[in-house]
Amino acid sequence: MANHNISRRTLLTGTAAAGALSLTGLPARAEVNWKKYAGTKLEVILAKGPRGDNLQKNIKEFTELTGIQVESEQIPEQQQRQKVVIELTSGRPSFDVVHLSYHVQKRQFEKAGWLADMTPFMKDPALTAPDLVESDFSAAGLQYAKNDKGQMLSLPWSVDYFILYYNKELFQKKGVAVPKTFDEMVAAAEKLTDAKDGTYGFVGRGLRNANMTLWTNFFLNYGGEFLDAKGNILTDGPEAIAATKLYQTLLTKVAPPGVAGFNWMESMASFTQGRSAMWIDGVGWAPPLEDPAASRVVGKVGYTVVPAGPKGQYSATYGDGIGIAAASKNKEAAYLLCQWVVSKKQGARLLQAGGGVPFRNSILNDAEVQSGVKMPKEWLQSVIDSAKISKLGLPVVIPVAEFRDLVGAALTSTLSGADPATELKKAHEQYRPILERSEKA
Amino acid sequence: MSALTQSAPAAAQSDAAPEKELRPPSYWPFVVPALVVVLAIIIFPWVFTIWMSLNEWKVGAPTTFVGISNYLRLTSDPRFLEAVGHTMVYTVLSVVLPLILGTLSAVVFHQKFAGRGFLRGIFIMPMMATPVAIALVWTMMFHPQLGVLNYLLSLVGIPAQLWVFHPATVIPSLVLVETWQWTPLVMLIVLGGLAAIPTEPYESAQIDGASFWQVFRFITLPLIMPFLFIAGMIRMIDAVKSFDIIFAITQGGPGSASETINIYLYSVAFTYYDLGYGSAIAVVFFLLIVALAAVMLYARQRMLWTEIARGA
Repeated sequence: MANHNISRRTLLTGTAAAGALSLTGLPARAEVNWKKYAGTKLEVILAKGPRGDNLQKNIKEFTELTGIQVESEQIPEQQQRQKVVIELTSGRPSFDVVHLSYHVQKRQFEKAGWLADMTPFMKDPALTAPDLVESDFSAAGLQYAKNDKGQMLSLPWSVDYFILYYNKELFQKKGVAVPKTFDEMVAAAEKLTDAKDGTYGFVGRGLRNANMTLWTNFFLNYGGEFLDAKGNILTDGPEAIAATKLYQTLLTKVAPPGVAGFNWMESMASFTQGRSAMWIDGVGWAPPLEDPAASRVVGKVGYTVVPAGPKGQYSATYGDGIGIAAASKNKEAAYLLCQWVVSKKQGARLLQAGGGVPFRNSILNDAEVQSGVKMPKEWLQSVIDSAKISKLGLPVVIPVAEFRDLVGAALTSTLSGADPATELKKAHEQYRPILERSEKA
Repeated sequence: MSALTQSAPAAAQSDAAPEKELRPPSYWPFVVPALVVVLAIIIFPWVFTIWMSLNEWKVGAPTTFVGISNYLRLTSDPRFLEAVGHTMVYTVLSVVLPLILGTLSAVVFHQKFAGRGFLRGIFIMPMMATPVAIALVWTMMFHPQLGVLNYLLSLVGIPAQLWVFHPATVIPSLVLVETWQWTPLVMLIVLGGLAAIPTEPYESAQIDGASFWQVFRFITLPLIMPFLFIAGMIRMIDAVKSFDIIFAITQGGPGSASETINIYLYSVAFTYYDLGYGSAIAVVFFLLIVALAAVMLYARQRMLWTEIARGA
């Protein structure tokens, strides 16, 4: 009876299972023994947000499936990162499963050896459902999850692409076309700006550190690379200077006053009030923009990919993963949970609510999943298009926070008129020794 | 002889007995609990912090002893030096403004008028609020496009300001919040001082025909000086280590325009996980506070001496 239940659930959970099965050539009789670790208790530490909500809301299904009890807590992102690092350093973390931000923590976690290797689990048909295969994850996801030895240290959970949000009503009123390149974007923003009226062409993060996630979209599209083959940081070269000039132009000439202190929250406030015509930020903000209780631009928002630069068109990509603490005593049970977290059913729910984008292509490209998406079709299209031009949005180094702080402060200074080249050079003189120290250790 | 030898210990014994009774009982065991607590929660963390500051101590990496190189790094770290400057400006402004406004409001609330108790109660309400909560409210009020402050300014024809969103105005704007919250504390302390002043000097001043300003300058102010001193001391300690309001409103931004030592220390230790360098900053910060406190105490001491000299 129990067996029958499970196989039906597996069938429901993964419609692509059969397809993946025939592709991978795994024996069809291999079946995960979900109940093997029944009675185990797992602790999970999550960063607060739609991913954590999606897990907590449906965790009962996992317990029904496996008999594993799960205790989870959500902590605001910044504090969660600190808590996790401090506990892992102590060698006896209070959690088995950890939610991590790849773009900040990947290298730090790898170097410290805090995560358990999942590679053997993934090869074990008694532990891994046949539809969960490495090749199903997007390239960015695998780049994030694997270390240089090719071991999977976590499962890629949710990806964050940067996209261009625009206000269709304002565009129509001024007769402006949706920009396809940076030059067009600047020209459009100039036309859309009407300072007397209090509307501006562009809004985005100006606050130090937070602003790096916007700036890297410009940097990548000007042909920038973060590191050279020897691991030297390159973000003070001509590409970086060009990107910073664009950043400076947009945020000083066509953006609302005070943007130097804006994080995503203030930017979103300006956009949802119809005071700014364009906004480049993470793909996850569609739900609040389309919420009539919080937004004045419901139904008027256009979604598209970040415009192209002279050297290419990329979407700066960030992401979350779920991993197992190396110190955990319940690694197999924890692995079952991680697998469930990135399962098709959970991923589909996340995408359909607009709370995140799964790294798994089988979910993103599934017509049935797509038809259930509650956000506008354009939003989904911008996600699919961004996936094709995705590129990691921050250098994979340990001192990411210092990098964001120092270069971010240089960017903010250019907003009060400082010269981009001088500021970037200054930031790099401060950053280089920090990076060298961390890589030597 | 044998009697002597026998009696000697006896004598010694009989000598010792009264001596034992006379010897003051030793109290040192009673000090031990306090000593243990002080060692464990004050001395040990301090020694350990100093030890950490002498090491390259990064979370997730092995530690190595590096001597004073963390301290040498401080001297050429522009972010730290700027942070020291920001801390000074922030502290001076957030001590002086509440002192002036608090004294003025205390003088007002010392007068007898209808509804005084009720208004006093309203006046001290900011002090009771949680700093982080009021910081978030102020952040929205400061918003240059949507905030209520710029709307109020527009009513009287003053152009919109950037408040905490511009490097030049961020510290004064933060001080505005700090002043708004802590002026009531100064007022309470000074009110206490005013209540303790005898009425005779005022009566004689009235007979001599002194003006309101003269009365304030030559009678009230000198008599409440010790209270102002205490208020200033409390404000200074609070302002130097201020964290919540700055962190919740600007996180040290825009750029690093409002980054005080405390905010920088927090970033270094808990965002960059550089505990060795963070500890070095903590040690220097501590020395700075000790130096400030010493100056204040010296000034107070001097003031007492001059008072005594004047009295004599």
